[in-house]
Amino acid sequence: MSSELRYTANTQLEHLHARYTGTGHADLTKYEWLTHQHRDTLSSIVGHPTLTSYLAIADGEAIGRVKFEMCERMLQPCGPPPAKDD
Amino acid sequence: MSSDEPRLIDSFTAPKEVLQEFAELAEEEDFDPFAETASKRQIAARQSDYHNRRFGRQANESGDAFKATEEGQDVEGGYKEAMRLQMLEKEEQRVRRAIEDKEKQEREEGKDKMDLDRTPPREELMEAAQELAQASGTKRKRRWDVSEPTDENADVKMDDQGEWSEKALEGAAPKKRRSRWDATPADVTNVGETPKRSRWDQAPAPQPEAPLAPIMMNTPGIHADDKHNRYLTDEELNAILPSQGYQIVTPPPGYAPLVRPPTLPPPVTEGFHIQESSDAAAVAAAAGLAPELPTEIPGVGSLAFFKAEDAQYFAKILKEEDETELSVDEMKERKIMRLLLKIKNGTPPVRKTALRQITDKAREFGAGPLFDKILPLLMERTLEDQERHLLVKVIDRVLYKLDDLVRPYVHKILVVIEPLLIDEDYYARVEGREIISNLSKAAGLAHMISTMRPDIDHADEYVRNTTARAFSVVASALGIPSLLPFLKAVCRSKKSWQARHTGIRIVQQIAIMMGCAVLPHLRNLVDCIAHGLQDEQQKVRTMTALALAALAEASAPYGIESFDNVLKPLWVGIRLHRGKSLAAFLKAIGFILPLMDPEYVSYYIKEVTIILIREFQTSDEEMKKIVLKVVQQCAATEGVTPQYIKQDILPDFFKSFWVRRMALDRRNYRQVVETTVELAQKSGVAEIVGRIVNDLKDEAEPYRKMVMETITKVIASLGASDIDERLEVRLVDGIIYAFQEQTTEDQVMLDGFGTVVNALGIRVKPYLTQIVSTILWRLNNKSAKVRQQAADLTTRLAVVIKQCGEDQLLSKLGLVLFEQLGEEYPDTLGSIIAAEGAIANVVGMTQMNPPVKDLLPRMTPILRNRHEKVQEATINLIGRIADRGAEFVPAREWMRICFELLDLLKAHKKGIRRAAVNSFGYIAKSLGPQDVLQVLLTNLRVQERQSRVCSTVAIAIVAETCGPFTCIPAILNEYRTAELNVRTGCLKALTFVFEYVGPQSAYYADSVVTMLEDALTDRDLVHRQTASVIVKHLALGVAGLGCEDSMMHLMNLVWPNCFETSPHVIGAVMEAVEAMRVTLGPGVLLSYVLQGLFHPARKVREVYWRVYNSLYLGASDALVPFYPDLGELSEGQNVYDRHPLQMFI
Repeated sequence: MSSELRYTANTQLEHLHARYTGTGHADLTKYEWLTHQHRDTLSSIVGHPTLTSYLAIADGEAIGRVKFEMCERMLQPCGPPPAKDD
Repeated sequence: MSSDEPRLIDSFTAPKEVLQEFAELAEEEDFDPFAETASKRQIAARQSDYHNRRFGRQANESGDAFKATEEGQDVEGGYKEAMRLQMLEKEEQRVRRAIEDKEKQEREEGKDKMDLDRTPPREELMEAAQELAQASGTKRKRRWDVSEPTDENADVKMDDQGEWSEKALEGAAPKKRRSRWDATPADVTNVGETPKRSRWDQAPAPQPEAPLAPIMMNTPGIHADDKHNRYLTDEELNAILPSQGYQIVTPPPGYAPLVRPPTLPPPVTEGFHIQESSDAAAVAAAAGLAPELPTEIPGVGSLAFFKAEDAQYFAKILKEEDETELSVDEMKERKIMRLLLKIKNGTPPVRKTALRQITDKAREFGAGPLFDKILPLLMERTLEDQERHLLVKVIDRVLYKLDDLVRPYVHKILVVIEPLLIDEDYYARVEGREIISNLSKAAGLAHMISTMRPDIDHADEYVRNTTARAFSVVASALGIPSLLPFLKAVCRSKKSWQARHTGIRIVQQIAIMMGCAVLPHLRNLVDCIAHGLQDEQQKVRTMTALALAALAEASAPYGIESFDNVLKPLWVGIRLHRGKSLAAFLKAIGFILPLMDPEYVSYYIKEVTIILIREFQTSDEEMKKIVLKVVQQCAATEGVTPQYIKQDILPDFFKSFWVRRMALDRRNYRQVVETTVELAQKSGVAEIVGRIVNDLKDEAEPYRKMVMETITKVIASLGASDIDERLEVRLVDGIIYAFQEQTTEDQVMLDGFGTVVNALGIRVKPYLTQIVSTILWRLNNKSAKVRQQAADLTTRLAVVIKQCGEDQLLSKLGLVLFEQLGEEYPDTLGSIIAAEGAIANVVGMTQMNPPVKDLLPRMTPILRNRHEKVQEATINLIGRIADRGAEFVPAREWMRICFELLDLLKAHKKGIRRAAVNSFGYIAKSLGPQDVLQVLLTNLRVQERQSRVCSTVAIAIVAETCGPFTCIPAILNEYRTAELNVRTGCLKALTFVFEYVGPQSAYYADSVVTMLEDALTDRDLVHRQTASVIVKHLALGVAGLGCEDSMMHLMNLVWPNCFETSPHVIGAVMEAVEAMRVTLGPGVLLSYVLQGLFHPARKVREVYWRVYNSLYLGASDALVPFYPDLGELSEGQNVYDRHPLQMFI
């Protein structure tokens, strides 16, 4: 954020944003952003019963099983974090 | 005098008055008109002696124990040292008191030799010194063995040396008794070599500018009297004395100057620095010789002010000097001084930059040099609030930066900051707390305890008091549990009762400061102090009771189980104690009672009531207040029955407290009223009112007022249904009497009258004729206050009179008030108009007498009255007429009022402006919007911003009441005017219009698009900002109403503004974008945002991520289907395909 805005309400907005998971910043990596997207997707599926049952039918699994797998996958939805360059 | 008598005197002299006048004139030359206010601003001049005891404190450095253990060396001035010093100080006080006692005793026995010398005999001094030396456990090197003998010794040795002896010299000048160790700054470098030498034994040594120099807190005091008491130089004597008739006598043979040659400037003994003797100008300035105070300081620039006292502290930077000759440390010191001077005396912008600099460089400067400069300034006697605030702010900022470097200075800082904790100014107290809490976080608990422990049983009560408060701040900063073990130990101290007293006081202060946050630790805290109730020292017992009271008050209504242990000693205690400690015990009981279970409380109350009733008769004011408070608390508990109160408490209570004398003291008065109201809650209205109603006719007016206030409060909370017919007669009669007989017109009688009559409601009908005739009579009274009060009473009674169906009385009052509209006192006029308005409210516009068509034209000229009360009453009445009875008044009259109303838009009071703006709406509704709108749009051309803003609001209100279609075309047309103010005004009006009309905007969205295009592409920032606000309101209004196409168009125009940096503009733009999320959906917005999230330029990314975050927080779930498919980015272990979304049946 530019220095002119350092003292205005907008900084508070930034702080506010930073308190929530899933928000980003200018230095976010591709991996981090996509991980958030995946988690959101998974939680959205778990949170909408119709979507869960749709997937359950498509997979031929029990609804509970689908839910469980979705929750499990949230741990590292895109695999382990890539090694740091430096 | 007859002419043949001889004349008594030959010459006449001027009359005495004339001479006196001349003398006064001469005095006036030196008169400083600012002197009085200056002394009022000074904190020290304003405060009590107790507060000013802070100047007597001695601060020692506190060694950094942590550092010591790290580096494996002994640090000067640790806890041990502090304890030793403190013990010595105590011992010294004891010895001094012993000496004083002995002297007194001798004087009484006639042994006093009555010599002028007030120094005690030598033997005694020696004895005292020996005692001191023993106490300190050091080999004491006496001062009179050193090359510079002290005055005490001098008079023994040189008793017969004539008038030039030191004794005579000292005797000639008023001698200030100075504590010996204050006078000599210690030579810090020596301390390491001879660690056993206590510092006050050492010969005065030039103060090296070492970081650990002790600060003499009373420096300015010494300095100030040095200014007056220093030796005169030869030049000064030459200037004062005539050249003839005097000669300089050579000193007697064998005379050697005792302390210092009187011709030299005295070695200045203040702690913070020693002036180099070459700083002649600075010394002169400090001594008050330089008449002119500088306005420009080299390297600082011009200041807001500069005081004479500042010269002493800032002497080094007052003159130009060659900076190349200075060492690094000296440069640093001067830099600090300049910054401090800028902060203390500079103008706000100068101050701000200096404050930032000193904060940024704090670690570079180091704790020592900084605090050595700041702390003496804070102890200056002439310090003013603003200066103190700024210096405290400096400490606060610097503390953050220094962190644990601050450890050696903790005690010094505490000595300076602790007095703030007992300041009468709330903000000073808060500042003090802030600093101490930051300090304790920086220095750590262990260090704080070891620093403050010695002060806990300090001989001076002032020190103990402030220390206790400081400890409570430490507890709140670092948590009560961490301090508990220490508190337990202190409260059980066997060594001295002072320590126990302070420990218990710490608990009290913790409770007062932290409130209900003590609950988790309540049991521990109570157990900590419980034994204090049986302490052998009465002061400790009293303090324990007070601390329990504070704990119970803080924890109410929970935590009774924690107090189990103390109930018995408390209740036993009230039978054993008298006076102050009884008061404290009662106070504790009063606060514990409300926590108890209802089934037990009645037993405890019965026990305490006996004592309370006995103490009803007390003559002690403090006890009276506490007794009243406890009675109030007893009455408020559930367990006590109305029967018990009526039988056992009320008779004695009324006998002792409902007497005229109680009405005279303001605090007693309030307490009695509160307690009685509380008793009434239990015993009922009739019981209380019946007992005091006859006193409404008492001859003492303050007492009548007290009765009236009580009745008002009782009836306001409990209603009048309990009052029977006979009581009602007496009550109304008494109230009318009290109202008529009042000599000081104040709110109490008026409120009482209004409350009682409103509570009685329709029952008051039989008395209305009498009441109204009283009002009518008083409306014609000579005194404006009386008239005003009568009008106010009318306002309050209007509703009841209407309820009773006495419309005739109302119309009579209305007519009389109408005739009074020529009133010249604005306050009274305001009340009269308000009364007229109240009558108009209850009778309605059609039945109003005088008719509205007569009333309104009469109001128009009154609108020009500039008095706020008049304006508000008038605008309310006019607004009401416009709302309810606009058709009774010709349109031309309304237009006239419209023009007058424009002036009211400039009013300071928001209520008036709002009423005026609303009136525009009502008038527009009855007249049709065209004319009113024209008036308002024309008003957009005026210079004054507030008037324009209010006009825009009024336009919006007109649009709301008459439909947007009546206004929007006119606004769009007006927008084409090539005048900035008008165009901004039009935009602003549209923001309010769309804010007010909400979903209706869907019909107008397309018609304003072209105007918004123009505004959003304008060069002017404010245009784009205001247009963004319009877009926001518009977008929110039309959400879901099928205007997506035009909104999309507006979005494309708003979006490029997202890189604006001006706070207001960017705020408005971001809000517009947020609103677009609602109306266009998050998916559309995401497609905008995706463009820049990974833009190579950081500035772009930052902005886009901010938008993304708002979007994400607003609709994270809804975004899921819109995230792009990034499966092709997968690499190695990281697979970015969202497989669940790719499934389908």
